[in-house]
Amino acid sequence: MLRFFGFRLLRAAITIVMVVSFAFVVLRLSGDPAQIIMGADAPPEAIAAFRRAWGLEEPLWLQYFHYFGAILSGDLGRSMRDGRDAIALVVERIPATLALTVPALLIKLGLGIPAGITAALHRNSFIDRAVMMLAVAGFTVPSFVLGLLLVLVFAVQLGWLPSGGQESWRHAILPIVTMGVGGAAVLARFTRSAMLEVLGQPYIRTASAKGVPWRAVVWGHALPNAAIPTVTIIGFMVGSLIAGAVVVESVFSWPGVGRLLVVAVANRDLAVVQCILLLVAATMVTANLVVDLLYGALDPRLRQRTA
Amino acid sequence: MSEPLIALRGLTVDFGGAPALRGIDLAVAPGEALGLVGESGCGKSVTWLAALGLLPGRARIAGSVRLGGEELLGAPPALLDRVRGGRVAMIFQDPASSLNPVHRIGRQVAEALGLHRGLRGAAARAEARRLLDQVGIPDAGRRLDAYPHELSGGQSQRVMIAMALAGRPELLVADEPTTALDVTIQAQILDLLGALRRETGMALVLISHDLGVVSETCERVAVMYAGRIVEEAPVDRLFARPTHPYTQGLLGALPPLDGPRRPLAAIPGGVPEPNAMPPGCAFAPRCPHAAAACAAGVPAPVPIEPGHAAACLRAARELVPA
Ligand SMILES: Nc1ncnc2c1ncn2[C@@H]1O[C@H](COP(=O)(O)OP(=O)(O)OP(=O)(O)O)[C@@H](O)[C@H]1O
Ligand code: SF4
Ligand SMILES: [Mg+2]
Repeated sequence: MLRFFGFRLLRAAITIVMVVSFAFVVLRLSGDPAQIIMGADAPPEAIAAFRRAWGLEEPLWLQYFHYFGAILSGDLGRSMRDGRDAIALVVERIPATLALTVPALLIKLGLGIPAGITAALHRNSFIDRAVMMLAVAGFTVPSFVLGLLLVLVFAVQLGWLPSGGQESWRHAILPIVTMGVGGAAVLARFTRSAMLEVLGQPYIRTASAKGVPWRAVVWGHALPNAAIPTVTIIGFMVGSLIAGAVVVESVFSWPGVGRLLVVAVANRDLAVVQCILLLVAATMVTANLVVDLLYGALDPRLRQRTA
Repeated sequence: MSEPLIALRGLTVDFGGAPALRGIDLAVAPGEALGLVGESGCGKSVTWLAALGLLPGRARIAGSVRLGGEELLGAPPALLDRVRGGRVAMIFQDPASSLNPVHRIGRQVAEALGLHRGLRGAAARAEARRLLDQVGIPDAGRRLDAYPHELSGGQSQRVMIAMALAGRPELLVADEPTTALDVTIQAQILDLLGALRRETGMALVLISHDLGVVSETCERVAVMYAGRIVEEAPVDRLFARPTHPYTQGLLGALPPLDGPRRPLAAIPGGVPEPNAMPPGCAFAPRCPHAAAACAAGVPAPVPIEPGHAAACLRAARELVPA
């Protein structure tokens, strides 16, 4: 078990280092932060001073080296725009993002899983076809299109809900629904196929053959097995609680981490971008770790192998 | 046969235009051991899955399955749940995947004990342990807490048998219980089934490809071909006077008693596809004795002598004294 964890943690650390390094290189090669932040027609002395102040005149490898040294000592740098601690800037946006992504996750789970199970249990029935049609629709329509569509109907046409901003809980409804519906569609499809796979297994027939009523076969025998693959996709969803709202936050002008990221990238505000990516990578990696633990809890075969 | 325990009458099964069973008449007497043999795909499994309501919903089933006074076809789910694992238990070919991988063995056996004998908690555990003992699982007390993946194929099949015994069945249907196991284990499982039948007095239906296996374990044999029973006789009688050309072919394909076992492949040709049944006798394309009349109509079973019947025109002709 300890070795299993050691291995997992090492892999997690490597993942984070790779994400951060990649971002470092791409961001620095794709444009000069000094130019972008100071403006195209800033005087050359001002730009040179900016570069000196932020260590941008050093060779890339040295910057990289300093950057990692700072991270390891817990310093994530400061925003080149307003000089505040990058981490503080990012952290203060987290609640706003979670206010969208957590309810959206609940919708995904609460809608997607029951829909997938129902569809599988009534395979090829009207219900199955209806659920799958909706799921394919929810799954193919990109979230910005769905978001705009919802705005058109509920904000512009009907005037029931605001189209953007963060003034009240009513502002959160459309972005939450936009994210929730798409995720529910993905989860419904996935749950359905996991469930169909399990229902075709010989042990399900065994349960029926020993007289277990069908409801109990579904709850006691099929679901615990179908949960195993489904946990993977739920893990992805949990892993994207922080970063998964970029598009929707932009569409609905919601001041969360996602919007901050878009703005910071546009400005080449390196420290902020990297801070967000670090956070995102850490969330993903943690979610993966939790998924691995859940696998062990759900599947005795894995428990044994990793113990 | 006086009063059959279970009687299938005119049982037909259709999977969306492809007939899998084309009228099965078969009865099992209390306590008897009946072998059901035939090549792969002839409908052996479907026969008993249909009888117990275990086929998927798209299977169209007709005919009658009577257990004592009760009709099982179209019976309400509550009745079927009481019968399955209660009066009639069934075990399958692939024991490893027939046990639920996420539940402990003890729990799976205890579930059947709870359903059919009302045992729970410590009482169920004690009885589950006794059953594992009875089917020859060493260290039964500890094995209760094992998961299926920790068992060998032979042990899994023993657990399946223990689970089947939990409801004190009057009939155990064993669908190729040894096909997935290696030869020494096969013999052990067959011996176990024979011993359990003597101990408990339950009837046994043993489904197999292998006439040899059936002849060692059963008293009576039914031979199936393309969704029908083509011959039925006591074991000795069938070996002494096989009447249907298909049975003769099977026996011809049987290896010598002391030789290695081979699959039944010595009859030339293959089983007809369900959606391309020849008219008349389904065996005609492979039959060395086929005549024009054989294609005219499906031959009905002809009694050769009490307890022995064959569905073949030639058998019928030879019965008529010259
Ligand atoms: N669930 C199903 N859906 C469609 N067709 C099926 C289904 N189950 C069985 N069949 C068809 O019914 C026929 C009889 O199958 P069955 O499994 O009873 O054969 P079998 O005699 O048990 O063969 P084997 O020795 O290979 O187990 C085959 O043609 C098979 O393809
Ligand atoms: S009925 Fe005709 S074809 Fe069929 S088995 Fe008998 S002799 Fe052969
Ligand atoms: Mg079979």
